[in-house]
Amino acid sequence: MKLTVLAAALVGFLTSLAAPVRADVTHVAVAANFTEPAREIAALFKQKTGHEAVLIFGASGAFFTQITHSAPFEVFLSADEDRPKAAVEQGFAVPDSRFTYAIGKLVLWSRVVDVTNGEAALKAGNFLKLSIANPVAAPYGTAAVETMKALGVWDALQPKIVQGNSIAQAFQFIDTRNAELGFVALAQLHGVTAGTQWEVPSNLHAPIRQDAVLLKTGANSEASKAFLAFLKGPEARAIIEQFGYSLP
Amino acid sequence: MNAPPAIRAEFRGTIGKFALDAGFTAPAKGVTALFGPSGCGKTTVLRCLAGLLRINGVCEIDGEVWQDENGSFLPTYKRPLGYVFQEASLFQHLSVRRNLLFGAPRHDSGGAKGGIVFDEVVELLGITRLLDRSPRNLSGGERQRVAIGRALLSQPKLLLMDEPLSALDRATKNEILPFLERLRDHLNLPVVYITHDIAEVERLADQMVLMDKGRVIGAGPLEELQSDPSLPLAAARDAAVSFEGIVQASDEAYGLVTLKVRGGVLTAPAPPGPVGERRRIRVIASDVSLTREAPGPSSILNVLPARIVSMKPLDTNEVVVVVALGKDGSGARLLSRMMRKSWGELGLAEGMSVYVQVKAVALAPGRGELG
Amino acid sequence: MFGMPDEIWVPIRLTIELATITTLSLLVVATPLAWWLARSKAWFKEAAATLVSLPMVLPPTVLGFYLLIVLGPDGPGGAIASLWGGRTLAFTFTGLVIGSIISSLPFVVQPIRNAFAAVGDRPLEVAATLRTSPSRAFWTVALPLASPGLLTGAVLGFAHTVGEFGVILMIGGNIPGRTRVMSTAIFDFAETMRWREANLLAGGMVVFAFAVILSMILLEKRFTRAGA
Repeated sequence: MKLTVLAAALVGFLTSLAAPVRADVTHVAVAANFTEPAREIAALFKQKTGHEAVLIFGASGAFFTQITHSAPFEVFLSADEDRPKAAVEQGFAVPDSRFTYAIGKLVLWSRVVDVTNGEAALKAGNFLKLSIANPVAAPYGTAAVETMKALGVWDALQPKIVQGNSIAQAFQFIDTRNAELGFVALAQLHGVTAGTQWEVPSNLHAPIRQDAVLLKTGANSEASKAFLAFLKGPEARAIIEQFGYSLP
Repeated sequence: MNAPPAIRAEFRGTIGKFALDAGFTAPAKGVTALFGPSGCGKTTVLRCLAGLLRINGVCEIDGEVWQDENGSFLPTYKRPLGYVFQEASLFQHLSVRRNLLFGAPRHDSGGAKGGIVFDEVVELLGITRLLDRSPRNLSGGERQRVAIGRALLSQPKLLLMDEPLSALDRATKNEILPFLERLRDHLNLPVVYITHDIAEVERLADQMVLMDKGRVIGAGPLEELQSDPSLPLAAARDAAVSFEGIVQASDEAYGLVTLKVRGGVLTAPAPPGPVGERRRIRVIASDVSLTREAPGPSSILNVLPARIVSMKPLDTNEVVVVVALGKDGSGARLLSRMMRKSWGELGLAEGMSVYVQVKAVALAPGRGELG
Repeated sequence: MFGMPDEIWVPIRLTIELATITTLSLLVVATPLAWWLARSKAWFKEAAATLVSLPMVLPPTVLGFYLLIVLGPDGPGGAIASLWGGRTLAFTFTGLVIGSIISSLPFVVQPIRNAFAAVGDRPLEVAATLRTSPSRAFWTVALPLASPGLLTGAVLGFAHTVGEFGVILMIGGNIPGRTRVMSTAIFDFAETMRWREANLLAGGMVVFAFAVILSMILLEKRFTRAGA
């Protein structure tokens, strides 16, 4: 008798886990470079609407793979536009929900070498290692490669490249001075005073359009839709700009 | 026994809760048995002799100082000793042959200076056909024999054996004892041999060191200790004395052998043996009775004149009497166990001349026999 | 090589090199450590053992993070690298070897320690009574008797290094021909949706792991039967 009650309780508990999430919480996959602004936006979001956005940070590439394998995210803030596009095309995201929430700025940063004149520093090549995010996994990496090609230093610098599997890791390599310098997102340098920076002129690489999209799993979630709406709104945009992104 | 002792050892210390205060000497050749009840410290003393255990003391072997009071201490691997453990402890990853040769000197074959030779040892211990086997495939008795051989082939100056037969069953023990007797007869080494079985002592040992609760309570020739009423041996229910006799004659018709002992002659049931052969004789105290006068014809074959040496009452209503054979009481000593009443009613007293009646005499197996 | 394009063959070659060098280094490092752990009576022994086991429990990100600092210009790694004009041991094959040694250490120390403990005191006492010095006894008695444990440790260390991903990701920099080993190469192929290549490498790793563990089990059986 006791066993049946226990079994029933267990089944009840498990089904409740599988049931659609409560309407006032949304799970948001956030590209690593957008970590700090996302946190501020989520806090403000909760204050203003009472809904809670649970943020998960990581590499956009990894998120995409997980999403195509039924990961329980409801909103996807990518570091690029390709992956949200693919998510819609492959039926994992709600069409027409995709929009650009930020335009990334690429920055050359170093704690060891003076990169105030970044182009000169790159051309001089007085360093052993240059850190970028893996282009395969993060658009900032692709942009870094485009930049170096545009400046004509790619061939010379390619042997010195080390890749972090995400923009966060690329940052870590530079922060621990294992790499003398490297390309990171301007947003990551928010509040960082150490070292020298060079904002890469936007004409040297394809714009890093960071798109957000509502995933099929969140199609009926009020909190998810509200979050995306908030992201487009003036308060969020102010925060985004503050952190060094451009706005579309 | 006037040669300077080859072994001189004294150990004083506490190991955990156990207090050891033991010292003894032993001669240069022959087996000294370390005997006593379980937990009396025999193994501890042996391990101290070997240097496996280090406590305060002195240890001198054949003039070499292995340990002294001033802190000098020779580590085990520098001591020329052989040690046979209770459970053979052969190296499982080596064949019998490689086990045997493990401690052998690398360059000297051993035979050059009259040392112990491989082929002789192997033959002596009967392990020739086992040489290429793995220790896993040996019986308990075979393993122990290999262990003994291994200890010998390291050319030791002292052989230590810690209850080498205890872990074996009776049949195997009786199989190995003759090998040990042969070793004792052939080797020119002092051996310290631990056992709790008095029968092993009687067959193998010349000297005995008796221990109890971490102390030495008696040391000397076996016969003396056995007939010493102040020692626990004499008071034991199965107390016995063991001594040597020389074969004088054999009576094949009746299956008897006559042996000359100190102070008299004893007859024992045994297959005929060569005249002059030395045999070990054992007489149990409860098989010996006393009379004040020469008894008339009796079924007891062994009746000899003797003199009472001493008497000790036991806590039962019995006493144990020490008698020495011969009219002048200068011969071998025997024990006799009797009721206190008998002692009183016969009016026996120390120094008195009496006759002993020995109901049974046991002989240890002869050279050609197996036990 | 072997008819495989470089982007497939080179990570495999690097992985095998890394695993082999790591395993051999580990045997040299872990054996005396395991011996000490098995026999010491020092009061801090188990604390030391716990320290050795930490990499088993720590997430690779934690390990990788601290390794970045230790290997980098602010740590001993930087000092060593400066001997040949480098600034850091991160992003080098040497750095990967060090990282793998640390992360695989507990998997090698544990079985060897157990094997030494199982040998016990008696065989060494016997050796001492047979004129064998403690160091000779280690080589001729303890080590052979413990050899199944060393074998297990070597196999586990090798397999663990082949499968090591997190730590390598964090300190490797994914440099083709230098630090792009199988695990990070698979990651790349999966990221770019090159499933055929990803499957080739991943499937190969599964087959390899299976073969390794199976042979370890069989070898161990054979060793214990033959009486080691």
